[in-house]
Amino acid sequence: MSTTSLDGAQALIKTLDDLGIEYIFGYSGGAAIPIFDALETVDTRMKFILVRHEQGAVHMADGYARATGKPAAVLVTSGPGAGNTVTGLMTAQMDSVPMIVLCGQQVTWMLGKDAFQEADIFGITMPVVKHNYLVKETNDLPKIAREAYHIATTGRPGPVLIDIPKDISSAEFHGDMEAEIDLPGYHPEEAFKIDAAAVEEAVEIIAHSRRPVILAGQGAMISRAGKELIELAETLGCPVTTTLLGKGVFPETHELSLGMLGMHGTAYANKAIVEADLILNVGSRFDDRIIGKPHMFGRNAKIIHIDIDPAEMNKMIQPHVQIIGDAKAALNELNVRADRLDTGEWLDKLNGYKKKHPLTFRKQGGLRMQQVIQEFYLQTQGKAIVSTDVGQHQMWAAQFFLNDRPHEWLSSGGAGTMGFGFPAAIGAQFACPDKTVIAFCGDGGFQMTLFELATAAIHKLPIKIVVLNNHYLGMVRQWQELFFENRESGVDLIGNPDFGKLAGAYGIPSVNIKRPADVSRMVAKALDYNDGPILINAECVKTDNVFPMIPAGAALEDMITEPPKHQMAKPTGST
Amino acid sequence: MSTTVVTTDTPVAPPTKQTAHTLSVFVNNKAGVLMRICQVFARRGFNIDSLVVSQGRDTRYSRMTIGISGSPGGLEQIIKQVHKLIDVIHCFEHTSEESVTRELLLIKIKCSPEERSHALQIAEHFGGKTVDLTPTSMIVTIHGGSRKIDSAIGMFSQFQIIETVRTGKVVMARGEQLT
Repeated sequence: MSTTSLDGAQALIKTLDDLGIEYIFGYSGGAAIPIFDALETVDTRMKFILVRHEQGAVHMADGYARATGKPAAVLVTSGPGAGNTVTGLMTAQMDSVPMIVLCGQQVTWMLGKDAFQEADIFGITMPVVKHNYLVKETNDLPKIAREAYHIATTGRPGPVLIDIPKDISSAEFHGDMEAEIDLPGYHPEEAFKIDAAAVEEAVEIIAHSRRPVILAGQGAMISRAGKELIELAETLGCPVTTTLLGKGVFPETHELSLGMLGMHGTAYANKAIVEADLILNVGSRFDDRIIGKPHMFGRNAKIIHIDIDPAEMNKMIQPHVQIIGDAKAALNELNVRADRLDTGEWLDKLNGYKKKHPLTFRKQGGLRMQQVIQEFYLQTQGKAIVSTDVGQHQMWAAQFFLNDRPHEWLSSGGAGTMGFGFPAAIGAQFACPDKTVIAFCGDGGFQMTLFELATAAIHKLPIKIVVLNNHYLGMVRQWQELFFENRESGVDLIGNPDFGKLAGAYGIPSVNIKRPADVSRMVAKALDYNDGPILINAECVKTDNVFPMIPAGAALEDMITEPPKHQMAKPTGST
Repeated sequence: MSTTVVTTDTPVAPPTKQTAHTLSVFVNNKAGVLMRICQVFARRGFNIDSLVVSQGRDTRYSRMTIGISGSPGGLEQIIKQVHKLIDVIHCFEHTSEESVTRELLLIKIKCSPEERSHALQIAEHFGGKTVDLTPTSMIVTIHGGSRKIDSAIGMFSQFQIIETVRTGKVVMARGEQLT
């Protein structure tokens, strides 16, 4: 099929529309004008959202994808526009989030000649994407867009970038709109063939376990294995802990839930891992934030690792059984063979730990971030999409906002990207207009992407923007207090603006919370307002610390659950 | 509950032992593929000792033979990470037992007419050929396994070597197995 009435950009937009892309977040610029023009000339259902900085656009697409499991597109111009997507791409790549990023580019004959707004974004982004393209032929655009969508959404998902020179997007299109994808080195369908021998081995190990723990991560979330996970846990009588990104894939209010494990996970989840005789990992990559000291991790346990990505096997931990494939497909195999285990004693023991080491915070001595987070949890009954930035407030949000459903917890885990929370919430609110969306931001992270207040205001997105404001980069300050003899360096955010007034400048209402006694009333007020975004500035205790804590590189056994009485040795592990 | 003071012992240093390996990587014949592969090696601290890239019989594909050295513990991981690249069709490690490797040497020496017959004798011993000859110099080409190439260079070092160029090794699996 050939038509002469389209140019490359129009063929591209038609293809994206055809693929079911709903939103394009972006920012215009010279090299991308033909593509922006196609948004006007092509009859498309896709909605374009103009952001205020390209990083915001990528995080919005990220939030959209985490909340739905579907990819959105990003459209930016060449040079600085493309360069500003790098942090967002890295964030998505580290957490296996699908998206398609389109970049305008200088004309082909100027590439490599330092032309205006030319950047080698193909080369720059290679290590932070699942795959990328530099388009050299107009007629390839539909095929490349289809390939990009396929690569982004299948196997272990991730971001795919397409760099499109201006002459390529504006030239006449004479190709095949339905051209078949051609990816001889990419076989995601193999993830659904689960090795029967590995399952057999796993079943055998599970059957002999008396102290099992299921560890569920982002892979379980992505494959939508929530139901299968609950079935397996309930059948076996096996407790479940999740990673930060796994929050919600198993209901955190379920009696078998141990909450999140890891550096700031619950004491009972970490103790369960230490004492377990079986760790069944469903779709977690054994991140350094959860394993602490690799050779000490789960050393009393048999380890079964289910992961769709063969390169994750033996990377951090040597499992006894590897099941390479889709988490849901693997769990289905295990569910067929699962029988009740004799875990009564084990569950009693863990319940004892839950009673002895509950997550808690001091109610005296000023306003605590935990109280604000918990109040939002109680008043929404947990029925909300929650996004976070990175740092202390993120960990407290993970601890005190329990997730009972998947795709409602949006947090930058692998990359730890400050400034992620607010734009991710915008993307999620576009995706789920009828859900309550709460962005828990630190005062540091919020200031990295707060210019998207305009985007939220224009579209009247009823996001609850909660600035948990301690005028500090609190997590780094905590490390300096614990490990660097309290020498504060580069952490005091003196000069913070009046966030309420700032919101007001965008026409966004705000509330201030200063006293613990005001929290309930102010949170109710914020939740009642749904005509657009509202900013909640919570003036919190300046120097609170997150516990429990496993210092980086220490073993899970070395977890501390309260402030130490002595100066601690500097951490030796990862950052 | 008593406070635990963490006594972190020294982190386990990554093994420093370096071993040599030969990988054969079959890839899409597209711009940027080599860069993607090199990034995987560089990020994990593997040094590329030799690299041969050429178009496949089917020109949609290319064949790379990569000689690398690094810690053997990380190799399995690297192979999987290379294999994960969308443009990589397959990536195999080949040991010397189950494969044949060859490389080609060009060596240029200073050589007076008096020395010439001695130089030719060495070239002949290694099955080499003279491909350029002047009154004061000669270029010899020799092919074979890397050890043979090493010893040829060793023998020629009794002359003044002007320069050497080695192709780096190419590898092929023995028998009917695919490389």
